[in-house]
Amino acid sequence: MRSWKGVKSFTDGFSSKQAPRQPHFELVVVGTSLGGLSALETLLNGLPSNFPAAVAIVQHRHKESNTGLSEFLQSCSLLPLQDAADKAAIVPGHVYLAPADYHLLVESVGWFALSTDMPVSYARPSIDVLFESAADAYGHHTIGIILTGSGGDGAQGLARIKACGGLAIVQDPQTAESQMMPKAAIATTAVDWILPLADIAPRLIHLCQPVIR
Amino acid sequence: MNNLEELEIQLLLEGVFRHYGFDFRNYALASIKRRIWNAVRAENLRTISGLQERLLHDPVCLERFLLGLSVNVTSMFRDPTFYLAFRQKVVPLLRTYPFIRIWHAGCSTGEEVYSMAILLHEEGLYHRCRIYATDMNESVLRQAKAGIFSIHLMQEYTQLYLKAGGKYSFSEYYTAAYDNAIFRSTLKENLIFSQHNLATDSSFNEFNVILCRNVLIYFNNTLQDRVHKLLYESLGTFGILGLGQQETLSLTKYEDRYEELERREKLYRRIQ
Ligand SMILES: C[S@@+](CC[C@H](N)C(=O)[O-])C[C@H]1O[C@@H](n2cnc3c(N)ncnc32)[C@H](O)[C@@H]1O
Repeated sequence: MRSWKGVKSFTDGFSSKQAPRQPHFELVVVGTSLGGLSALETLLNGLPSNFPAAVAIVQHRHKESNTGLSEFLQSCSLLPLQDAADKAAIVPGHVYLAPADYHLLVESVGWFALSTDMPVSYARPSIDVLFESAADAYGHHTIGIILTGSGGDGAQGLARIKACGGLAIVQDPQTAESQMMPKAAIATTAVDWILPLADIAPRLIHLCQPVIR
Repeated sequence: MNNLEELEIQLLLEGVFRHYGFDFRNYALASIKRRIWNAVRAENLRTISGLQERLLHDPVCLERFLLGLSVNVTSMFRDPTFYLAFRQKVVPLLRTYPFIRIWHAGCSTGEEVYSMAILLHEEGLYHRCRIYATDMNESVLRQAKAGIFSIHLMQEYTQLYLKAGGKYSFSEYYTAAYDNAIFRSTLKENLIFSQHNLATDSSFNEFNVILCRNVLIYFNNTLQDRVHKLLYESLGTFGILGLGQQETLSLTKYEDRYEELERREKLYRRIQ
């Protein structure tokens, strides 16, 4: 099918024999619930205006809380931030937020999609749904980050990112307002980094620097 | 996504289309893939190919598959601000018409159809309206026709009704019987429910208002184009189009043919 070819040629392009095994990250997905607001503030504050990857965020929230969050997060970020719209482009250096009461999915490389499928483990938007679809589309060009939160959403998704060759970062539970979500992720996945909140943005900058060939 | 999975999905959808005529080939991939895997698990199978075999040989399995594939999540007065804007911006326009034809495309179990019937009733317009409600899925249409919803939802719906600008007491519109809320039959008088598939069927009338909310997000760009064309051609000049909260006409080919009546609520008016 035409629309599916894009995915294929992308993966082919990067898995060709002489391609450098150097990681090259294009999409950072972030999931958080309880305590997420101030954690996101710290994370976004730490990203410079020339940050090269796209960032997509799921923050669990009440289904009717559609206003305010993106304005607040924009005020913490030098990068342009917006609610992700259906079939919107994923642009490097932009930050996207899952809208209230919709799942945010990565449709294919470069594109989002929304859905109103049933909540997954009581959550819509669901972190697992974003992470799994991101892993499927972006493979080893994905970084998944689990921040403070209650519940276990995101653990499956992070595992999928790892299975597809991406990187998994979890906020050190000791520094998390709510430890459950980071702990669930650590229990399910062989994570690459467990970091205090303040160290996550510097690590991302380091990891996402464009590879010099 | 690995190539084998991609191939299996293509074969499955192609098979369902050729054998049964249901065309999911241009649905948005990421979410349909999740639902296909849900169906594989629900059937106690291990692979998408396994599901394909069962589907092609067992029409009952197809019924279950269709129900699982078409996300039927809906609510009365979903996004109450949409209904508020409809009251304020659209109802005054409708008052000038002697007869009003409305199409709910992808109406699911009918909650938004009954919501609209109530709104129009309160605005004194219902007797002049004919509301056509369609979905591709026959089993949700059967529920919609019945107009019976779980009583446990009524508390939430009452709140939404009030936020939507409801004028009376919501409980006037139904009678409670055991666990059910049965909606008044007068609300059904001008409703017509029938099967219609946006992916394969054509226009069947000219409408003053078309609501197609939270359906287009399930389609890829090719199918979205087809459906936008269909909706456009089914609207009379100055007809009203209502989309879901997170859907937009911008970037579609039809953007210039409409004006925004209420940007935040995705209410548009055909101008050419
Ligand atoms: C999420 S529900 C939306 C219900 C309602 N419009 C609302 O916004 O609350 C999506 C509906 O679209 C229907 N649907 C999906 N594909 C369709 C198609 N090709 N033709 C007609 N209906 C379709 C599904 O059966 C489902 O009932």
